[in-house]
Amino acid sequence: MNIPVVNLGAILPAIMLSLFGIAIMVAEPFVSDAKKSWLGWLAIAGTIAAMLALAPMSRQAGQWYTNLWIVDSYSIFFHFLFILIAAITILTSMNFLQREGIHHTEYYALLLFATVGMMMMAGSNELIMVFLGLEILSIATYVLAGFRRTDLKSNESAMKYFLLGSFSSAFFLYGVALIFGATGSTNLIVIADSLRSGDPQTSLVSLAAALMLIGLCFKVAVAPFHVWAPDVYEGAPTPVTGFMSVGPKAAGFAVLLRIFMTAFPTLEDRWTSVFWIVAALTMLIGNVIALVQPNIKRMLAYSSIAHAGYIAVAVAAGSEHGVSAVLFYTLAYSVTNLGAFAVVTMLSRSEDKLVNLNDYAGLASKRPGLAAVLSLFMLSLAGVPGTAGFAGKFFIFKAAVQSGLIWLAVIGVITTVVSFYYYLYVIVQMYMRDPNEEFADVRTTGPLKLALAITIAGTLYLGILPTRFLDWTVSAAVNALR
Amino acid sequence: MLQDWAPVLVFLILVTGFAVVSVVMSYVMGVKKPNSRKLAPYECGMQPTGTARERFSVKFYLVAMLFLLFDIEAVFLFPWAVVYRDLRIFGFLEMLLFIAAILAGYIYVWKKGALEWER
Repeated sequence: MNIPVVNLGAILPAIMLSLFGIAIMVAEPFVSDAKKSWLGWLAIAGTIAAMLALAPMSRQAGQWYTNLWIVDSYSIFFHFLFILIAAITILTSMNFLQREGIHHTEYYALLLFATVGMMMMAGSNELIMVFLGLEILSIATYVLAGFRRTDLKSNESAMKYFLLGSFSSAFFLYGVALIFGATGSTNLIVIADSLRSGDPQTSLVSLAAALMLIGLCFKVAVAPFHVWAPDVYEGAPTPVTGFMSVGPKAAGFAVLLRIFMTAFPTLEDRWTSVFWIVAALTMLIGNVIALVQPNIKRMLAYSSIAHAGYIAVAVAAGSEHGVSAVLFYTLAYSVTNLGAFAVVTMLSRSEDKLVNLNDYAGLASKRPGLAAVLSLFMLSLAGVPGTAGFAGKFFIFKAAVQSGLIWLAVIGVITTVVSFYYYLYVIVQMYMRDPNEEFADVRTTGPLKLALAITIAGTLYLGILPTRFLDWTVSAAVNALR
Repeated sequence: MLQDWAPVLVFLILVTGFAVVSVVMSYVMGVKKPNSRKLAPYECGMQPTGTARERFSVKFYLVAMLFLLFDIEAVFLFPWAVVYRDLRIFGFLEMLLFIAAILAGYIYVWKKGALEWER
């Protein structure tokens, strides 16, 4: 029997996060309440260790573990993104958990495990591995969504996410089973080879691809599979909402691109037209319904649906430019949205008392700093030049036009204009309305300040000097398309 | 290709046929002397008392869930044991890692008090 080559370097970041996650989980019952925030910092240490482990991982380029696992600059880019998301989410959560009286440190462990799941999705070269990563991510996120156990909305959120999430996993798994039936393998490269050489049963393969697409579209919440997102995002604890709106979304798109670029290039004309429709629908629905949301968490939920639509535009573009635009946009959107959610977390006060848009009235006269920061994130989400959101949208629409998807780019630009209304409405509330309250009990604490500093720096850096990260995403895209 | 599956079809027909025939035959040929004891949902001689749809403690679910978890993990030991000789030291170390991860979960569950019935 062949014993697989064990290459710990290739999976070192995932190992690091797993070890720290297990350590935090086991330590929880042994640590007194007063010292629990140390475990939060331990989780931060875990993300730093994982970030450092990216260096040895990047030296192990190639396929490992009997071709289950692939290390290329595409997977390393997503590893970097996921670790960053996890770190910012942990920083945002630390004081939130204390404030809400739910400082159970399993939270950090679950967050790290979810990140490991996302890494497995981005780095896998095999559909079974993708499914495993998807489940690790999903199960951890179901629990996180219901983390405010005594809150009815949080329970509703977890339940909805669980039911629809497991349903979509079933779709994905059905697709995997059919593609195994059609090609005799679950390895992406073997699937692509057998589709290119033999006479593939096109209808069966298309059905399998469609089922997998449905499963993943649920996870990334694009229309018409987006209906769960607003309720789930509204009920979940705010930092978890931030995490869910970027982490699983980025991981879903990472897998989507990997599967469709590697395994189904022969069906490209079929699935790009599907993505055309999905992208157009998602941008329209997300942006239009976001206009009338009074609750900022729901508004950001619809905005995150809309942003998934923009990413789908780049997926439809399909080329090297499209893939690199997807990568860049997920990074830019993650940084901006996590920042926005950090501010919302801070302002929402205990048990989500103040999450309506008119609760933000007059924030600028009482807390000018916070108002300025939130304005920056809103402008970046809308896509004002000089921010990360603008650079991301620019590359996406450029890729769409280069691939000849003029009309899709037009729809994208028009819906972007629509989106300005609801993003700027937050700024209008903050700067042009009289304050209802003093905002005296809003505290900016150390970890939150750090999270804001990282996200502000990221938003501005990606907006003003995008070239360095763009080079990275282009080389990752070239890698993924090979 | 479809002919390869002919035994399955024959098997299906035989199984269904056997079930149908035995039920029908016992219905046709059986002696019927019903009384209230015999028609009770569980014919075991005991008189049923109360309803089965009562609330019971959530602890049962917790224990059942933990049992299921550790049970499933133990199931992984069987395929491992089958190929143990071929995997040699590699398989042994991998299984040690797996058991260590379960042990960490066990310690967590124990210290959390999930295994204690009375608290």
